[in-house]
Amino acid sequence: MQRIALLALAASLALPAAAGEEFAPEASLILQGQYRRTKDVPERAISGYWSAGHDHGASRRLTFDDSELVAGARLGGSARAQLNLAWHDNKVEVEEAWLQALGLGNGFTLKGGRFLSGIGYLNEQHSHAWDFADAPLMSKALFGEHFAQDGLQLKWVAPTELFVELGAEVGRGNAFPGAGSKGAAAFFAHAGDDVGLSHAWRAGLSWLDSRAKGREGHFEDTDPLGPNEVAGRFSGRSRTVAADFVWKWAPDGNPRYRNFKIQAEVFRRTESGDLACVSDVATSPCLGGLALGSLRSVQTGGYAQAVWQFMPQWRAGYRYDRLNAGAKSYDAATAFAALDPANAYFSRHRPTRHSLMLDWSQDEFSLLRLQLARDKSMPGVTDNQLTLQYIVSFGAHGAHKF
Amino acid sequence: MKRLFLLILLAAALPVRADVRVFACEPEWAALAKELGGDKVSAWSATHALQDPHRIEARPSLIARARNAQLVVCTGAELEAGWLPPVLRESGNAAVQPGRPGYFEAAQFVTRLEIPTRIDRSEGDVHASGNPHIQLDPRNLLAVAAPLAKRLGELDAANAGHYAARQQAFAERMRAAIARWEKEAIPLRGLRVVAQHKSFSYLFHWLGLVEAGTLEPKPGIEPGSAHLAQLLGQAKARPEGGASPGRGSTLGVQQARLIVRTPFDSPRPGEWLAERSGMPLVTLPFTVGGSERAQDLFGLFDDTLAKLRGES
Repeated sequence: MQRIALLALAASLALPAAAGEEFAPEASLILQGQYRRTKDVPERAISGYWSAGHDHGASRRLTFDDSELVAGARLGGSARAQLNLAWHDNKVEVEEAWLQALGLGNGFTLKGGRFLSGIGYLNEQHSHAWDFADAPLMSKALFGEHFAQDGLQLKWVAPTELFVELGAEVGRGNAFPGAGSKGAAAFFAHAGDDVGLSHAWRAGLSWLDSRAKGREGHFEDTDPLGPNEVAGRFSGRSRTVAADFVWKWAPDGNPRYRNFKIQAEVFRRTESGDLACVSDVATSPCLGGLALGSLRSVQTGGYAQAVWQFMPQWRAGYRYDRLNAGAKSYDAATAFAALDPANAYFSRHRPTRHSLMLDWSQDEFSLLRLQLARDKSMPGVTDNQLTLQYIVSFGAHGAHKF
Repeated sequence: MKRLFLLILLAAALPVRADVRVFACEPEWAALAKELGGDKVSAWSATHALQDPHRIEARPSLIARARNAQLVVCTGAELEAGWLPPVLRESGNAAVQPGRPGYFEAAQFVTRLEIPTRIDRSEGDVHASGNPHIQLDPRNLLAVAAPLAKRLGELDAANAGHYAARQQAFAERMRAAIARWEKEAIPLRGLRVVAQHKSFSYLFHWLGLVEAGTLEPKPGIEPGSAHLAQLLGQAKARPEGGASPGRGSTLGVQQARLIVRTPFDSPRPGEWLAERSGMPLVTLPFTVGGSERAQDLFGLFDDTLAKLRGES
């Protein structure tokens, strides 16, 4: 937190003096609630992927996660500050806390602090702006949900009529897929334009280079007395390239009554480094830490979705998720001496999911959503999920990015 | 193909040379900037007459245009709150950020109507700074033209005299036109009108028309069948040859003569009520480009008045 504050301070020093200019604070509160009915699976995981989080989710549950408090302020015409606090697992988390210099000119802006990275399309959107009740499998597998940087972001918009934006980020690298403050660098390029009065698109390419030291994941060991939950550890480099595309249609550019949106993202992640495991159970082969040789993986996947507002207030959507197990190379004899080959990470299963949603908005400030999904993230499990969700916002008129 | 691509790239990289590049949020401000700047200004409107200026997406094309603008002219009063802040922030253009000389909010220069005494979401999409649809009272255009010409002169000091002279000429023409429109509108005084949204408050206020009701139950809330049925009930309760009720009457749409909508409002609720109540539904241009005749600010009012008088 202290580091964030320092970075924010550094960013503010780069601003021209804001003295005497107006300070216009705004605040909003977003309440979210979900009732979810899923299959009773003891340990949820996206098979084949390093677990970015740990989910013992109950089969029927009501949550108020992702309720958010947002405070923003314009500091004259030269800077903006924003703070997003979100409620997760009965804890308040700082999702974003940044200062952005708007006074650099020539198309440049600089952001410092904790911010949602500009890579991909969905990553910068908070959960209340999603079209579905949950994140795509791709976002969960790659980042746990969101990739937030504690660092700096420099963006540049080209002086052309075609929208072209380039961005670069450096961060502390603590967030998954990084670990241990080894640093993370990201680059992205976006282009976009209108086609006639009724169509608009944006496309992007992103690249993320993270380093991990002792990144933990949940594994079970081969203890003859019975499997123990142990920590798998990965140290090495994780590189992700992703492409995103969004196409929106609104008759005469007027989305109020009817509109349609297609969105897709794909990725390829390459990881190379060393695998280890650690446990403090006396009979575990991982006791005190055990090196398990080198690990290299190449994985791909993505999602595509379409959302149609077919009449005022009503929208329907479909999303298809697919991840490929990809290729992993490691010394099986060494790895499986300590870790159970049945661990989800070593699975060759190909996770897929189909989701259907229907939502109704009374106005811009409230939304009710029903979502049905058939989730095959784990081998041999077909999980038919039902989600009922509401989102209500209060306070400042929210403005969303494209 | 390659050549075409190069040409496009070149055309995109070399913006047409004009003294001041204006990004207007709505067509009326682009039209006003052109009136004041003539060939010294190139004005581009972020929205057109078929778009609801409340509900615009912060599209990439808008960010690219804002990136290259020297002056952003918008209504303000929260009309563009849902899309302009991200467009300006993402543009990387320091000169047009709110509070800078390159950012101009028209609503600051006029007396706004319907400023709420309390802000409550249960009252619909109410703007704390009052009704933002200020352009349909031409006296507001006069009030905005003077500071806008001054701002253009500050940004382009070499041509300050040019803007001042054009503003004088515009004000003279506009004053003469206002006198003519007010005379033409005398028979419309006291006319009771049902509006789809509170889009025409300034027009009614100027000409002495009475807003008898709105198709939207509350600002920004879609007209529902229950509310429409209620309006129809009131319209049908019209007393035979009764005296005209006064302003602020609780009689609702009783004795209303006309339903009006903008080109971007859905025609369906108005058509529904028109068919059953016998009141004609009239589409007013609302802004420049909103009808064939409304090609500039003068045409906007010529056509609006003609339509209110049932002439076209």
